[in-house]
Amino acid sequence: MPRRKLEEINAGSMADLAFLLLIFFLVTTTMDTDEGIVRLLPPPVPNDVTPPEIIERNVYIVLINARDLLLVENEYTQINQLKAGAKRFLIADGIFRDLPEDPNLPQKRWVRKAELEAKLEEYKAQLAAAAEKDKESILDAIDRVEKKLIAVKLLGEYKELPPSAVISMQNDNQTSYDMYIQVNNELESAVGELRDEISLEKFGITFTELQELANNPEMKDMYRDKYYAIREVIPQRISEAEPRQSTPVN
Amino acid sequence: MSSFRKKEKKSVGAVSTASLPDIVFMLLFFFMVVTVMRETDPKVRITLPQASELSRLEKKHLVNYINIGPPFDAEQYGSEPMIQLDDAFARPEDISAWYVKATEKVNESEKGQLTTSLKVDQKTKMRTITAVKQELRNLQALRINYSTVRRDRTE
Repeated sequence: MPRRKLEEINAGSMADLAFLLLIFFLVTTTMDTDEGIVRLLPPPVPNDVTPPEIIERNVYIVLINARDLLLVENEYTQINQLKAGAKRFLIADGIFRDLPEDPNLPQKRWVRKAELEAKLEEYKAQLAAAAEKDKESILDAIDRVEKKLIAVKLLGEYKELPPSAVISMQNDNQTSYDMYIQVNNELESAVGELRDEISLEKFGITFTELQELANNPEMKDMYRDKYYAIREVIPQRISEAEPRQSTPVN
Repeated sequence: MSSFRKKEKKSVGAVSTASLPDIVFMLLFFFMVVTVMRETDPKVRITLPQASELSRLEKKHLVNYINIGPPFDAEQYGSEPMIQLDDAFARPEDISAWYVKATEKVNESEKGQLTTSLKVDQKTKMRTITAVKQELRNLQALRINYSTVRRDRTE
C-alpha cells in the first residue's frame, strides 16, 4: 500500500499555547529588581545600660527636625552641603599625610607597619598561653590586626579614626522618610566618594567597580583584599542615635 | 538557457510557522528567569524615594517585605500611611508574630543573612518607621534594606 504523504502538523496552535503561558507569566510575576540602601541596625540596648561618655570632637552630629530642616554640628545646613561636611570630618587631620589638626575634628593616629607586626607577635604569644574560653577574643583581635596589615601593605601607612569617631544621625518623629533617606544617602555618598578617590589613586578604578569585581566569583581573589583594605582606611561610621521617646503629636 | 527551466508556479510558497512557537517560548523563558512570582498584591500606594548609594538584594528567598504607605482604598481605610505585612494591614506590635512565622523555615546557617526590605512611601513620617525598626531590633532582625529607586550621585 503506498504510504500516504505525512501531513504536516499545523504549528499555529502551538504558538497559541505558548502565548497563553506567556500571558500567565506576565500577569503573575514582577520584574522587581529590588535595590536599596542596606543597613545594619544596632542590637537593642537594654534599658539599664548607661550610654558611654561622648567625646564631642569625635562625633559629627546631624539632626533633622520635624520640618525636614538640617542642623549639622549646630549649624543650619542645606542638604547639598552635607556631603562636603561629612567628608571633611572623615578626612580630619589627613589620611595618608598629616594635615593641620582642627580642634572640632577627630584626631587620627598613624597606623605603622612595625607597630602592627609587634602587636601580632604579642597576640600570638597570648593565644598560645590562653585558656580555651579566652581564645576567641584573641583570635578576633588578631583578625583585626591582620586586616590593618593588609591595608598597610596595599595602600601604605595611613591615619585611622579613633574608635569612637562616628557620624550620628537623629531624626524627629515628624521628619519625612524622603528626607531621612536623602540624608542617609548624602552621608553614605561622602564615604563612597572618599573611597572612590583612594581607589582611583591606588588602583586606577573606582571603589564601585572594585566592589563589583570583588563580588565576582571569578575575580575575587585579586580584588577582595583591595576592597577590604579601602574599607579599613575609610570606615562607614554612620550610626543612628537611639530614638527619643515619642514626642507628643500636635 | 534551455538547461534552466523556468519555474511554473508563480505563487509564493506558504511560510512555515513551525518556528513561531520557538520564538514565543524563548520570550517565555526570558520572563521565567528574570521575574519573581509576586506573592502579595500591594495594598498601599508607594512612591519610593531616590538614592544613589544602593546595593542589590541577593538571595531573594531570604528577604521579607514590609510595605508602608497610604492605602489604595482610601474610603475604607483612610489616607494615613499603614503598614502592610503579607496580605493584611497591621500595627507595629504585630510585626513580631509575623516575622517569627515568616522565618521559621529558614536554616540556622542562613539566619544571619535574613533581610527585611522596607518599601516605604516617601511622604511617610518617621514615627511609623522608627516604631517598625525598634520592633525589628528587638527581634534581632538587624539587616534591613530601605527600598529606593536608583539615581545618580549628587555632585
